[in-house]
Amino acid sequence: MIGGGIAGMESSAHLAAMDYEVTLLEKDSRLGGKLLKWERLFPTMRLGSEVLAFLNQGVEKHVAVHCNTEITEIHRKAAAFHIHTATGRTYEADAVLVTTGYDLFDARKKEEYGYGIYENVITSAELEAMFAEGKPLHTADGRIPKRMGFIHCVGSRDEKVGNVYCSKVCCVTAVKQAIEVKEKHPETDIYCFYMDLRMYGMHFEAMYKQAQEKYGINFIRGRLSEACENIDHSVLLKAEDTLSGRPLKMSVDLLVLMVGFIPSEGTKAVGKMLGLEFGVNRFFKTCDQHTLTNVSNVPGVFFAGACTAPKTITNSITDARAAAATIATYLEGKAISARTIENQK
Amino acid sequence: MPDFGFKLQKDRQIDFDANDRSATRAIIETEPTFRLCIACGTCTACCSAGNFTDFSLRRMITGLKRGNYEGVRAMADQCMLCGKCQMLCPRGVSTRKLVLAIRKHIR
Repeated sequence: MIGGGIAGMESSAHLAAMDYEVTLLEKDSRLGGKLLKWERLFPTMRLGSEVLAFLNQGVEKHVAVHCNTEITEIHRKAAAFHIHTATGRTYEADAVLVTTGYDLFDARKKEEYGYGIYENVITSAELEAMFAEGKPLHTADGRIPKRMGFIHCVGSRDEKVGNVYCSKVCCVTAVKQAIEVKEKHPETDIYCFYMDLRMYGMHFEAMYKQAQEKYGINFIRGRLSEACENIDHSVLLKAEDTLSGRPLKMSVDLLVLMVGFIPSEGTKAVGKMLGLEFGVNRFFKTCDQHTLTNVSNVPGVFFAGACTAPKTITNSITDARAAAATIATYLEGKAISARTIENQK
Repeated sequence: MPDFGFKLQKDRQIDFDANDRSATRAIIETEPTFRLCIACGTCTACCSAGNFTDFSLRRMITGLKRGNYEGVRAMADQCMLCGKCQMLCPRGVSTRKLVLAIRKHIR
């Protein structure tokens, strides 16, 4: 298993439970991946640490976990994969599961939004870190913001940054984080700027409605065109209020950019080592979009989690279990693993 | 000085920092379901008045949210309070009460 995030942990747990010998390699010093940095989860506001503790029950004592392990080379010798690491060790495997996940879009690339230039422009990950560290919400000079803006689709659905896909989790994350801000600071006014609100999940729409009804969070349909800094270091937003059909300007004390998913550095590196195919969006290309969603172009190599596309935590856990079943049937040589489907463009 | 016909054009931009939205806050207090509008336009599409005039509850609500009160009162007066839109609103906005609240708070 390459990558000890949510998908790597849950696939390992299920394969270990089926009595396979599982080795989980993680480059970081501990398991958990991106979830380690996320305090609360939509739509229930459950603590991310609770999900990690749950996943860990299946991993601890059942799976050989090797942290601080960076992979340098992978070779195929006969039927086995030989995985070499920076620590000088070599692991042998009959099958490889790639769970290398995603990175967050670098908001500096969207230069007109002023991230890294204006001190009161932060990312959704940084806001979450403020929550996780128990720090009070504050502007760069330590004040509680009177007005905040959330910008949806930063680095997603945007040809200008080369990412045409939707990152799937940001819409509902903005609603979640806005509610958390209102819980802590009811006097802070919040405005979310969106192109479409994609509340596709079972309880997402209810959360969105609650954001409007209970918390008075405001939504403006229009994509931020540019942000500038006012003399008092607040941030001036310019967008079209598309429902009024008029341009709009608004100052906010703190601006939060909802950064999207991009394929991780690990995804790129491991993909190269194994000769894996990448799709048009630079995530791994699965053998089929509907059916062979855990299968790669290399026999014996499988995928799970956000290395194939942006996924919610729920999606990743489900995908990880599916990958475990796919790998088990492959290792047992079951006829079901030889199924094919006509390739589609 | 001769008049060359030059003049300063009025800015079309909605200036959120300058706009006074106190009447909107009063409307929300009178009719909290105001907040639930997602601007889908169902109300406008089914509106008997809207089919013959430029009356649009959706546009009125959007204007109020931005503190843009121009023409809102005149529009609110066009509503016949038939309640068709209230039957169709997917978000449960109490549209009739909302129109009455607008009439109460916007002069």
